[in-house]
Amino acid sequence: MNTEIIGVILSFLVVVILAKPMGRYMGKIFSDEKTNLDFLFDPLDKLIYKLGNIDFKKEMNWKQHIVVMLTINLVWFVLAMLVLTNMGNLALNPDGNPSMSLDLALNTAISFIANTNLQHYSGETGISYLGQLVLMLFQFISAGCGIAMAVIVVNAMKEKVAHTLGNFYYLFVRSCTRILLPFSILVAILLVLNGSPMTFEGKDTITTLQDESVQVSRGPAAAFIAIKHLGTNGGGFFGANSSHPLENPNYFTNTLEIITQMLIPLAFIFAIGYMLKRKNLAWMIFGVMTVGFLLLALPTIWNEMNGNPLIEKMGINQHGNMEGKEVRFGAAASAYWSIATTVISTGSVNAMHDSFMPLSGLFQMLGMMVNAFYGGCGVGFLNFYIYIILTVFISGLMVGRTPEFLGKKIEAKEMQIAMGVTLLHPLLILTGTAFASYAYTQNPIELSAWLNNPSFHGFSEMLYEFTSSSANNGSGFEGLGDNTPFWNIASGIVMLLARFIPIIGPVAIAGSLASKKYIPESAGTLKTDTITFGLMIFIVIVIVAALSFFPALSLGPIAEYLSM
Amino acid sequence: MSLIKKNNLFESDLVFDAIKESFIKLSPVKMFRNPVMFTVWVGTLVMVFVCVLIATGVKDQGSLMYNCTLTSILFITLLFANFAEAIAEARGKAQANSLRKTREETPAKLIQPLGEMYLNEIKVVPSSQLKKGDIFICEAGDIIPNDGEIIEGLATIDESAITGESAPVIRESGGDKSSVTGGTKVLSDKIKVMVTTEQGESFLDKMIALVEGASRQKTPNEIALTILLAGFTLVFIIVTITLKPLADFSQTPITIAAFISLFVCLIPTTIGGLLSAIGIAGMDRALRANVITKSGKAVETAGDIDVLLLDKTGTITIGNRKATHFYLSNGVKEEDFLRAAVLSSMSDDTPEGKSIIELIGLNPLNFEFKNHRFIKFSAETRCSGIDYDTTRIRKGAYDSIRALTEKAGNIFPKETEEKVGLISSNGGTPLVVAENEKVLGVIELQDIIKAGISERFDRLRKMGIKTVMVTGDNPLTAKFIAEKAGVDDFIAEAKPEDKMNYIRKEQSEGRLVAMMGDGTNDAPALAQADVGVAMNSGTQAAKEAGNMVDLDNDPTKLIEVVEIGKQLLMTRGTLTTFSIANDVAKYFAIVPALFITSIPALNDLNIMKLHSPESAILSAVIFNAIIIPMLIPLALKGVAYKPIGASALLRRNLLIYGLGGIIVPFIGIKLIDLFITILY
Repeated sequence: MNTEIIGVILSFLVVVILAKPMGRYMGKIFSDEKTNLDFLFDPLDKLIYKLGNIDFKKEMNWKQHIVVMLTINLVWFVLAMLVLTNMGNLALNPDGNPSMSLDLALNTAISFIANTNLQHYSGETGISYLGQLVLMLFQFISAGCGIAMAVIVVNAMKEKVAHTLGNFYYLFVRSCTRILLPFSILVAILLVLNGSPMTFEGKDTITTLQDESVQVSRGPAAAFIAIKHLGTNGGGFFGANSSHPLENPNYFTNTLEIITQMLIPLAFIFAIGYMLKRKNLAWMIFGVMTVGFLLLALPTIWNEMNGNPLIEKMGINQHGNMEGKEVRFGAAASAYWSIATTVISTGSVNAMHDSFMPLSGLFQMLGMMVNAFYGGCGVGFLNFYIYIILTVFISGLMVGRTPEFLGKKIEAKEMQIAMGVTLLHPLLILTGTAFASYAYTQNPIELSAWLNNPSFHGFSEMLYEFTSSSANNGSGFEGLGDNTPFWNIASGIVMLLARFIPIIGPVAIAGSLASKKYIPESAGTLKTDTITFGLMIFIVIVIVAALSFFPALSLGPIAEYLSM
Repeated sequence: MSLIKKNNLFESDLVFDAIKESFIKLSPVKMFRNPVMFTVWVGTLVMVFVCVLIATGVKDQGSLMYNCTLTSILFITLLFANFAEAIAEARGKAQANSLRKTREETPAKLIQPLGEMYLNEIKVVPSSQLKKGDIFICEAGDIIPNDGEIIEGLATIDESAITGESAPVIRESGGDKSSVTGGTKVLSDKIKVMVTTEQGESFLDKMIALVEGASRQKTPNEIALTILLAGFTLVFIIVTITLKPLADFSQTPITIAAFISLFVCLIPTTIGGLLSAIGIAGMDRALRANVITKSGKAVETAGDIDVLLLDKTGTITIGNRKATHFYLSNGVKEEDFLRAAVLSSMSDDTPEGKSIIELIGLNPLNFEFKNHRFIKFSAETRCSGIDYDTTRIRKGAYDSIRALTEKAGNIFPKETEEKVGLISSNGGTPLVVAENEKVLGVIELQDIIKAGISERFDRLRKMGIKTVMVTGDNPLTAKFIAEKAGVDDFIAEAKPEDKMNYIRKEQSEGRLVAMMGDGTNDAPALAQADVGVAMNSGTQAAKEAGNMVDLDNDPTKLIEVVEIGKQLLMTRGTLTTFSIANDVAKYFAIVPALFITSIPALNDLNIMKLHSPESAILSAVIFNAIIIPMLIPLALKGVAYKPIGASALLRRNLLIYGLGGIIVPFIGIKLIDLFITILY
């Protein structure tokens, strides 16, 4: 078999194998069970609680959780705005990079608190090291918030009536200190060993083989790259993200980065099984997500390895579609990465998504439109939870019982929230794209800098940008001239809404369900940990995504593919 | 046999009424209740406006003929949806009317009250003049003018007018069989009845009004489903509206007609149009089973029942226990025993008491007794009897008689104790007879379990419902019968509060409980249960407390009610799935049609090979309209429930209504397209 394929299969298998013990570890952390690393982390956590004057034992209801989460985000957001708009004059700026304009800073700050990491700037020239460090902090905070919120929902799924669902600070601090921090350090060390820079010195000058003197940007990159993947953030230290040779030096780091970004979303599924003592439920969720992931990844890999038929017709021999791809990774690994980074809301790229085949672009967008095949840290499960609620409602009716999920009745209130969250994604993507299309159609000459390509592909560039923002993914189709007030503000609003509403919604549903009476299972109860139910969820996901986005997709990648 | 006509789904006069009603329902106030159909209503209005514009010379919106055709199809879609609701209501009304007909003006023989004494002076007044508290008499051949309670006498009554049951029933004063219903006919004897409700406000009147849909409210599940459907509708509003600038970007002009067609086809009109019909039909199916439900919610809840409390007598066993044998204690003369047994059963008008006299074959009036006082059976003492002169005869449950004798310092005879054990372990009920606190012997009562009842319990078990037998028998007897009949649990020696406690306990563990009852002492439990079915023959209090009334007084009716509830929910679920699955085919019909002129490549999506963009859109809209009336029979009859386990049921329904929902419209739209192509 082709070594490229073997590389992809191995990197997937390694994640799955690592995910189980990692899930167990995460489950223990959130179930207050002892782990071998407590001696290290207990003092650290205590210090944090003491410094912050936090009572980590105070139980909170779902509303209090949300208030605390939003407050934390707001405080850091203000701080980030201050740094980003003034960093030109602040410390740690050896390259003398300028401060950001207000709209770019707004976009960037939102982008990083929203775990999106859409970047309308380039790391080498657009931000100081201090700015990078603040953004790196956000990569921890946003991932930690996502995990903590998801744990709150899992807590609410337990078999009892509960009005409080743990303490947010406790869950948040533990996510950061016991999961994100140690594993980030480990990954960063591996990256440094493979050549990623980790320094606070400014640009270096090297002399190339052609005897030219070239300025090379560097900085505290290894640490940044580690959490960017582990926290499913995706924001690159350098503009070219993980296709940059210092950000992703070789095939090993490429595999390491894929594994790192998939690890927590997959492990979290098994953590759910551990925390609820419902292994079958975890396997069901894992099955549905994996089938969805593979159905997007396999055709994309196949598509990219086959290359471009138009080039084929010209009689040119190609090793897959290599336009916009790094030779050191090849077509298969780049295609696999492109789906991994889009189904999981990382959004880091190791190749130019704009240059993929139309159908590959379609699959990348579908991954973000569904946004629940693994998904981001914590939030992937929160999105999936909404699909579970919808599925339980429809299939519960189909077996002749008023719908219930894990013994709690799903009623009008829960449906209202679930539908609201479901609506949000098409609303943001489609209205965003509609506004952009309208603006472009009205002023095609003034706005010609927006789009790199005409027609269907240009349309895909806009659709991709809003899909990526709304999925909190952060990858770009690129080719889009996006550092303009319109794109900064529009995608900023989309990211903000698409981050917090889909977090608040599931937590509100979970809070409401947790306080309801628990109904024990009977033979008439629809079991949610079966293949049948998994199939039903899968169908609901596909139908909801297809019905919402089919017309838009048919004007972009589908039309482009059929016109080839 | 039910008197309520098993009318065909579409009887001509019902259809006529329903059609008339479909137009009345077009009023925006009524349409607004149903968000999905309301958007179609708005869309139709927009299309009328577009037609007017074209007629006045606007050019770029397609031909007038095409637009008018589309407008009328949309209008017909609305009418179809209204018709579905109207026909369901009309069927409900027809049945309510046939019930009410039995309650028209009848002459009442009113007893004139005079002071505190009732004179036997009878005045015939129309039934409408009867007031609560009035007393009337009914003789053989009379129609009972109003609901009431028998205060004197006993009569056989033909209740077929309301229950459809041709066998007459006996109603007598006192106890739980004292209530009579207006409209039923006295066949023999004479009864004195006190009116318990005002005319037109009787319990049944109120319930009939409910069935007619006059005061029908959306049930919680219906509201939740409406939210789901409204959510989908909003998604498609977003999809359709944003499509305009997206199409402009691709330089594709799309007509208003095409936008509205796309929208109407995508929103779940099928389930939106049928939703209220399904709800009404659920109550209607209950009515067909001769169960009147106080609310649609009760039917819905019935589908969720986890625990079913069933009275042993009449439900699990045929009628009543009968005395089959008696066994004397050592040293007791047979004649003494017989006398005591007969005398103690004299005032006992339960069937068991009567069967003792039957078994012994002696007339109690042949014995001599003076200054007698009857001791009524009570659930507390669990014995009854008679006191006369210095004699105290008691007959009752083993432990209560034992307590009685031992309290008096007597020994309970060993041989009788053994007999009691033997009778109990064989499923019989021992009744111990004692005179002056000395045990004379024991009477054996035996139960006969109904044929086919254990199969029904099996079916319930597969549905996930636990059955609980409630009986006054001792635990041994109860266990024997419970095992023989196949119930999951039993409450033996049940006092009224035991039932209540059992229900509370199950409810506190989160289960939903259904029970059936008739007596006044059942009323608290009926009210506590999630589904309480009162028998129509029961007391007024019981009927008020429950949320359903069974006109047939058939205790096994609960099982049917549960299935009706499940059917109701399943019909909603499957039609929702069907409706949404339909969208796949509609997309493949309409999306290529919208863009084909500017993006010819998208013709590859036209996998049905529809003739032209216009015919494709027309076919999709026509299919969308006619699927509603085609599914009305299914909506009214309900999707069949099969107790095969939840997952298997889901697979089955997913295959039929999910996969079917994807495939059927492909075929349907293609056929309509072929037909349209031939026409032009």
